[in-house]
Amino acid sequence: MGTTASQLAKDSLSEYQELTFLTKQEILLAHRRFTELLDRDERNHPNPRVPMEVILTLPELKSNPFKTRICQVFSTSEDKDGSLTFEDFLDLLSAFSDSATLEIKSHYAFRIFDFDDDGTLDCGDLEKLVNCLTGETEDTRLSSEEMRQLINNILDESDIDKDGTVNLSEFQHVISRSPDFVSSFKIVL
Amino acid sequence: LQQSGLFGPNVPQKEDSEYGQQGSPADENVVHDSFSQLIAEQSQNEGLSDAIELQHLQGNPDDKGRDNVAYLSPSENRDRWSSATLKILSSMPSRTIGRSRGAIISQYYNRTTELRRRTQKRASIKDFSRSARPSIRGYGVEVDTTDSAEKKQERLVKNLQDLSAVDRMRMLKEMPLNLSEKKDLRRLTLEMTKRTRSSSNLPCCSYLKFQIILALRHSWYSCLSFLHSLQLWQMPLKRVSGRFGSGVLSYFLFLKTLLFFNVFLFLVLGSFLVFPQAVYLPELPESRTPFTGLELLTGGGYFSNTLLYYGYYSNHTLPNCPKNNSTRPECDSRSLSYNMPLAYFFTIGLSFFITCIILVYSMSKSFGQSFRIDKSNGMLAMKVFCSWDFKVIKRSSVKLLSENICTQLKELLGDTHHRLVSNTILDKLIKLLIHGLSWTLCLGATAGCVAGIYCFSDYMHKKVRLSGDPGLLKEASLLALPVLVSFINLMLPILFQLTAWMEKYNSPSLRTFVSLSRNLILKVSVLGVLCFHWLKRVAGSANDDKTFKCWESFVGQDLYRFLVIDFIFSLLDTLFGELLWRLFSDKVLKRNRRPGFDIAKNVLDLIYGQTLAWYRPCCLGLLFTPLLPAVQILKLLLLFYIKMSSVMMNCQAPSRPYRVSQMTTIFITLLCFPSFLGSSVCVTYTMWRLPSSGSCDPFRGNKTMIQAGKQRIAELVDENRSLSFLADAHTYLVENPLFLFVGAAIFLWIVIYFQSQVVDGQRKIIALLQEQIENEGEDKKFLITRLQSVHERKRTPARNLPSQVSLWIAERRAC
Repeated sequence: MGTTASQLAKDSLSEYQELTFLTKQEILLAHRRFTELLDRDERNHPNPRVPMEVILTLPELKSNPFKTRICQVFSTSEDKDGSLTFEDFLDLLSAFSDSATLEIKSHYAFRIFDFDDDGTLDCGDLEKLVNCLTGETEDTRLSSEEMRQLINNILDESDIDKDGTVNLSEFQHVISRSPDFVSSFKIVL
Repeated sequence: LQQSGLFGPNVPQKEDSEYGQQGSPADENVVHDSFSQLIAEQSQNEGLSDAIELQHLQGNPDDKGRDNVAYLSPSENRDRWSSATLKILSSMPSRTIGRSRGAIISQYYNRTTELRRRTQKRASIKDFSRSARPSIRGYGVEVDTTDSAEKKQERLVKNLQDLSAVDRMRMLKEMPLNLSEKKDLRRLTLEMTKRTRSSSNLPCCSYLKFQIILALRHSWYSCLSFLHSLQLWQMPLKRVSGRFGSGVLSYFLFLKTLLFFNVFLFLVLGSFLVFPQAVYLPELPESRTPFTGLELLTGGGYFSNTLLYYGYYSNHTLPNCPKNNSTRPECDSRSLSYNMPLAYFFTIGLSFFITCIILVYSMSKSFGQSFRIDKSNGMLAMKVFCSWDFKVIKRSSVKLLSENICTQLKELLGDTHHRLVSNTILDKLIKLLIHGLSWTLCLGATAGCVAGIYCFSDYMHKKVRLSGDPGLLKEASLLALPVLVSFINLMLPILFQLTAWMEKYNSPSLRTFVSLSRNLILKVSVLGVLCFHWLKRVAGSANDDKTFKCWESFVGQDLYRFLVIDFIFSLLDTLFGELLWRLFSDKVLKRNRRPGFDIAKNVLDLIYGQTLAWYRPCCLGLLFTPLLPAVQILKLLLLFYIKMSSVMMNCQAPSRPYRVSQMTTIFITLLCFPSFLGSSVCVTYTMWRLPSSGSCDPFRGNKTMIQAGKQRIAELVDENRSLSFLADAHTYLVENPLFLFVGAAIFLWIVIYFQSQVVDGQRKIIALLQEQIENEGEDKKFLITRLQSVHERKRTPARNLPSQVSLWIAERRAC
């Protein structure tokens, strides 16, 4: 059950309000922005799916280094191509909203940082994460020596069961110690 | 883990009972023997020797057809796992919870079960079998790996149905599944609920209760969405956060909070004080000075006989009907009477208490969020996982943020090296000298300026008393003191910044704290000397001079002047200071970077302004100028737009890290403690000790304000015997403020002590749990290597049996 034409049905609206952390205004705004991304003919489709390249034109996601991972995590398509339906879009906004709990945010943050989708953050994931954080340009990247030291330090600090990877519980343990995470893991339309 | 699995289905029961008889695992040899005995038995059964304990596998070059291996950990002992092991590893619960739907459903099934169990009676502990792992005793961990996805979902739905509606909705919201699955779960739950409800006859009262709860919830949602639609300044705040990040955003959010506080105060005061007085205007004296433009600045002249000031408010019960004058329309016996002094007293007291409660609550909440129980020094992991600010949208700001993070990471990494750099004695001495010098400079400058204000205020006071009738020049000269104070407030922080440049600090947060404390000392001392000036000098000279006949109004006017001049100066500073600095750095220094927005300084300025309007002389301010919140609201609104445009034009994102929640906690604490506490002291002093002037306030005719209250309460008690307890309470609590403060202090101390004990206990538990998790990790490694060795054994059947046995014996000897 998706959206019909350009209007959101009233019972869908109340259902979305109950199941996500978004308020009514936020859901309506999301619907408006989503329909703007569709072509004329796609708008009459019952459950349109927007490809990833179009989603990435949104100003809120355009410059974010994690934009492709975000789309892939929230996408429900079988091809894993990062395309989003309206409900996927609502999921995205709900996880990044003001009232989402720390647990939901840390869960999705973990999945976004897990570049190879194996359920833990191993060395390769951590390296890609640090490279995303420090940017594209050469002068801001860490040298390989620094990278190795950094990854070792991270694993020393956060890998409690010493298996060489950071799993979800260990990640959530690290996140819970930082009070700024909830306010920085936000995207508002 | 207890019984099943790894050692094969034919585990003899005596393993458990053996262990049970032998008792404590401290007897390591015993345990060790029983396991190896088990291994020996199993090897006999299977015809293989499984006698190898934890052993690192060597590369076996003659083993062809080796599976694809992968490195599990970057440690020196490279353990190679075969793909079968990898498959098992990847389906371990600790890994699947991060990504698989079925795992999430079973996790939430366990949670809902726990939730239900909390409301039901707990099963007694003797019902659970003894196990080698006391940690999972009593937790009914169900083995769910064999269930299919549908069955798991069914059980989850059943659990959800048994929860209350509120819990169910909260559970559904918190599940990290996608929306279509949540909709399915909800639909199934509702269907099941309908079915069970139609089958059972609910008593009518609980059905009614259910409907009421539904209606309340619906109205709560609509109320929330209404509040959200009123969101003030949403677009500008989004632009700021998109460009500058969370740090600068926190300044504007702080401004918004202060605005709402002021609106609340204004509504309270307005509805109880201003509105009744405005409806029943008192008679105006004939000699009323005409309105000239200067009044907006000085607050005197035309404004002195308006609603703005305390002196205007009547001291009688409204409507003020003299006995012999019956021509006024509102003096009918049917009209309501409104006791003005009592209303004044209680309204101010009420708003005072409510503000106190709101402040303490927000301070404790913010403190609780930023306080970390776990004292481990893990900064690096936290920096990597939590420092990306997803609100930042603009490309250049994203680049800046990346650079910022890179610098921080390099600093933290290099920190371990730098600590080893030796600090010679000479270096330390020089550093100490420089610090001492700058502190002396700052404190000396502060003391000098404070003394200057003291002398100047004395001089102005005498001048005002000695001069004749009020004229335009005299009004303007009253502005001199506020101008001086604002000028000092502007110039000294620049001096502080200059001295901070020559000092070198170990960490940026230390630098921020030092600058914050210096600014704080300046502002506190300035406010202190002003308070002294108002309360002692001005009030004390009430009897000497007719200008100060109504000293409360005079003080109110002075406060108004301070507020307005402070606002004008901050306007000038923003417009010219930041603009000039940007032009200077662009044209002269030719730097590409714009100046950063100094968050701490700006927030401190906000707090200072708020203090003037509210606290310190503030409740004095409220006392003397009930419309002061309205003035403050206007000022904050204008300040918001001006600061916003200035920041957009002139500044760039901060290049130094800014810990938002910690700083917000500090600012709210500053708003609460020096400001509010200081003001309560002042208010107490005013109400209890100062004689009110005879002529112009709601408490005319009484010695002090508190006696007015006492008199009123005595009157009330006379009318109504049952309220006599009020008089007693008044005597004990209000007359003896020391009793109140001491009692509150003891109570607070007890609460704090209790909480600190709780925190200590929690720290100990965290350390224990961490140790336990490490042990579990060791167990996991052990089991995985065993699994790997079993797999290897199966692939290379009994080839190296004699060598392995001798290896085992050698190892046993070595242990």
